[in-house]
Amino acid sequence: MRHFAYSRPATFDEACHNAGHTRFLAGGTNLIDLMKSDVERPAHVIDIGSLPMHHIEDQPDGGLRLGALVTNADTAAHPLVVERYPLLASAILAGASPQIRNMATNGGNLNQRTRCHYFYDPAMACNKRSPGTGCAARGGRNRIMAVLGTSDACIATFPSDMCIALAALNATVNLHGPDGERTVGVRDYHCLPGETPWRDNILQPGEIVTAIDLPPAPFGPHHTYLKVRDRLSFAFAIVSVAVGLCMKDGRIGRGSIALGGMGTKPWCVPEAEALLDDRPPSHSLFRDVAGRLLHGATADRDNAAKIRLAPRVIERALWQAVSGTPQSQTDKTIR
Amino acid sequence: MTHVSVAVPCRLQINGQGYSADLPPSVTLLDLLRERLDLTGTKKGCDHGQCGACTVLVDGKRVKSCLILAVSIPDAAVTTIEGIAHDGRLHPMQQAFIDADAFQCGYCTPGQIMSAIALLDEGHIHSRAEIREFMSGNLCRCGAYNGIIDAIERVVALQHRNQAGEAA
Repeated sequence: MRHFAYSRPATFDEACHNAGHTRFLAGGTNLIDLMKSDVERPAHVIDIGSLPMHHIEDQPDGGLRLGALVTNADTAAHPLVVERYPLLASAILAGASPQIRNMATNGGNLNQRTRCHYFYDPAMACNKRSPGTGCAARGGRNRIMAVLGTSDACIATFPSDMCIALAALNATVNLHGPDGERTVGVRDYHCLPGETPWRDNILQPGEIVTAIDLPPAPFGPHHTYLKVRDRLSFAFAIVSVAVGLCMKDGRIGRGSIALGGMGTKPWCVPEAEALLDDRPPSHSLFRDVAGRLLHGATADRDNAAKIRLAPRVIERALWQAVSGTPQSQTDKTIR
Repeated sequence: MTHVSVAVPCRLQINGQGYSADLPPSVTLLDLLRERLDLTGTKKGCDHGQCGACTVLVDGKRVKSCLILAVSIPDAAVTTIEGIAHDGRLHPMQQAFIDADAFQCGYCTPGQIMSAIALLDEGHIHSRAEIREFMSGNLCRCGAYNGIIDAIERVVALQHRNQAGEAA
């Protein structure tokens, strides 16, 4: 690891006002790894561990506020998350390993970087890591790369499981920066690569994620997080689907759905969700939803299988949600 | 102006002993244990948070010490494999790993044992499938997984017997 300066400020003001090449440190599971790989080379690491963002709070509207520094493990095990947002708990438990989840934070999960092999290798061309050098993933060994939201400059997959559930739950991200506070919907938080793939999200310099707000979730047992990957555990998604459905008398009132492993950001298509409004569940409806979600999917050299696999995973997830039998993250049999 | 310094104060409790020093901020908890404190029971495998050989407990929770800056966990209580035997007697999990033949080369074993001790505390021990899933952060290249799960189940059974004994 290269040398860097370190500070641990006690206030947001101190943390937000720092010039130069800085990185915020929370759980460190991604940043320290990237610094060891010489992908991240901050001159100054600002440890935000002392800032007051360590709590999960009940909200007056029946929602929940997740502090940015609460660990993924504590979030997934919190009684109010388990009771009201089992979809979120399930997605968190589908990701990483117990040790990583004990360290990784909610804010850090939003801000984690792609696991594209070419991004991780400083010897390779990568517009996300080294702007202007090109994209070695295009035409490369790209079985795990994205097929939705890609650009000529970048096809890196957004890696999170947790964020896919947050997108399906329509969470809101709270930010604190040098110019004050603001909020942004989680679906608008991450950026498409376009011509600026080095920009993962809308964070401005000095801005910190302080909390994630969950609106009331009306799905009851009609949800699932279904993740298909190369190993049964401790592997990133090839395709994952987070679904929540409002069911009434066997009909879908409305539905919320997000894809992981497929896009350069958590992938949501409001027009696909609208197809579910006030409809009885059926194979043809779910095929249409899958088709609309995957509209514009583009394969590169090795990843066309994702486009064939995804409709099956989407349809299975929708049936799991309809029947109120969410995917177990312990018994991995897909039913 | 935020204070920035080259060496940073580090204060920890390690296996019950106080530790205090000024450290370069790039020193990981793993390197502090192995290179400066001679606690070489905690192993360096991948050094990237994937293999679990470096697993220790920080404030009772299992973590990967290779991805933690030592200066970033002020006043934390760290427990390593060297800190779990008491009065010359092995921790029940250490004894169970021996009894169940739960290792071959032994390199992953300290991390496996620390992880398994935390697993029991977390309570994800209701089935072999659940134990397997919640031990997924510890790799064993010798493939001793069945023995590892056997060892954990032995300690679970031992705890149940002890609890039944206390209740009786």
